[in-house]
Amino acid sequence: MARQAPKIAVENLAKAFGPKTVLDGVNFNVKAGESLVIIGGSGTGKSVTLKCILGLIRPDSGSIRIDGHEVTRLSTSERERVNRKFGMLFQGAALFDSLKVWENVAFGLIQGRGMKRAKARDIAMTKLAQVGLNAQIGELSPAELSGGMQKRVGLARAIAADPEIIFFDEPTTGLDPIMADVINDLIVATVKRMGATAVSITHDMASARKIADRIAMIHKGKIIWEGAAKDIDSSGNAIVEQFIHGSAHGPIQMDVLRA
Amino acid sequence: MNNPLALVGRAFLGFLAQTGRAAQFAGRAIWHSFTPPFFLRLHLAQIMRIGYYSLPVVGLTAFFTGGALALQIFIGGDRVGAEAIVPRIVVLGITRELGPVIASLMVAGRVAAAIAAEIGTMRVTEQIDALSTLSTNPFKYLIAPRLVAAILTMPVLVLVADIIGIFGGYLVAVTELDFNGAVYLQNTYDFLRTNDVVSGLVKAAVFGFIIALMGCYHGFHSRGGAQGVGTATTNAVVTASILILAANFVMTTLFFR
Repeated sequence: MARQAPKIAVENLAKAFGPKTVLDGVNFNVKAGESLVIIGGSGTGKSVTLKCILGLIRPDSGSIRIDGHEVTRLSTSERERVNRKFGMLFQGAALFDSLKVWENVAFGLIQGRGMKRAKARDIAMTKLAQVGLNAQIGELSPAELSGGMQKRVGLARAIAADPEIIFFDEPTTGLDPIMADVINDLIVATVKRMGATAVSITHDMASARKIADRIAMIHKGKIIWEGAAKDIDSSGNAIVEQFIHGSAHGPIQMDVLRA
Repeated sequence: MNNPLALVGRAFLGFLAQTGRAAQFAGRAIWHSFTPPFFLRLHLAQIMRIGYYSLPVVGLTAFFTGGALALQIFIGGDRVGAEAIVPRIVVLGITRELGPVIASLMVAGRVAAAIAAEIGTMRVTEQIDALSTLSTNPFKYLIAPRLVAAILTMPVLVLVADIIGIFGGYLVAVTELDFNGAVYLQNTYDFLRTNDVVSGLVKAAVFGFIIALMGCYHGFHSRGGAQGVGTATTNAVVTASILILAANFVMTTLFFR
């Protein structure tokens, strides 16, 4: 091939849950080292797209290629191998509450890769320091932390094994604006430092502007607009316009019951 | 929509689909329980939680069951020959049926509920998804240790229940019914059969499998927050209990006919 295959290539991805079509032919590519942000309203299929790429949900049809390799029909063990390329920050952080903070961060190293606990602990503490948390916090249990701190631990866990691709699921949801900005800064800093490819989903435009190289908007199971982050304000697309200005009036009609 | 036959048909198809899903889940759970890697530390932790911490509950229920059994047989039976009949039925009833069944039902209430609530919460907070993204198979990390621990510990619990149950019967017979203790023990010993005990322990292992499987299955497939986890917990206990009684009937038929 003359030019390098995209890091992630998604083609005609479709998924329905019962009678409800969630993804209706999603197409996008992400180049290596690029940060793509997928924006869209609640329930438009953002999370399902991510979970399909991660192999947590099996798509009905379509193709997902990572580094040019098809990953939609892998066996469990092949999937585990592919998943080593990924790190994921979950919306609610999804920390294991039975484990200490540092054990959470080191989890992928110890369980996934069989690293010695002492060595994994050192790496975990380094990663925690990178997200601004000290060693004392590493000894706490996740339930003792605030939402913002849990997100930071989640970020440390996502980057612990130096993944090539990192996913962020609503990284700023549920945080105050300042903590949200702290998380955004951390995401930009860690992704740039590691040279990783990043895919984020969010409906927080401030966050999207800050962390995106490119933005794609998903609506009714399709990508309806895609372009450089700086072009988002001149998209010329009525749906994008309505979304980024957060207006209740426009082509997107919310099904709100009026009494 | 209103056709009653269609409703029955839909319910039946739903039942079949659910059974198929559960069977598939059971197959995967068994496969991952006996293929490496094993998380031995987690296995030990579950053996403590499922086995050791169930001892008080199992011991108490077995004690009262044995006592009540002795009393009923004495009241309902012929007073002549009661010295032989009561210990005989107590030892038979406890080792063959009541020991395994009552102990398992108690453990189902305790353990299946706890497993379903824990795994269900992990499901709805995306912790199970997080396991997969960290290259850890949830079947190996979460389900296998619980399944193996329940299968290994239930027979031990039932053995303890057998002993305490028979002791409960003895205590009631000697203190309340004026039986001679030495004669009671001799009669118990004479009627104690290895096969009765072993069949009870085999039952116990099967019941342990059912308990852990139902807890894991319902927890793993729970949906929609706190209410979903609550439903999963209820379903785990109810299905585990029903399956235990049904499996008990099948095994009794196989072993003793």
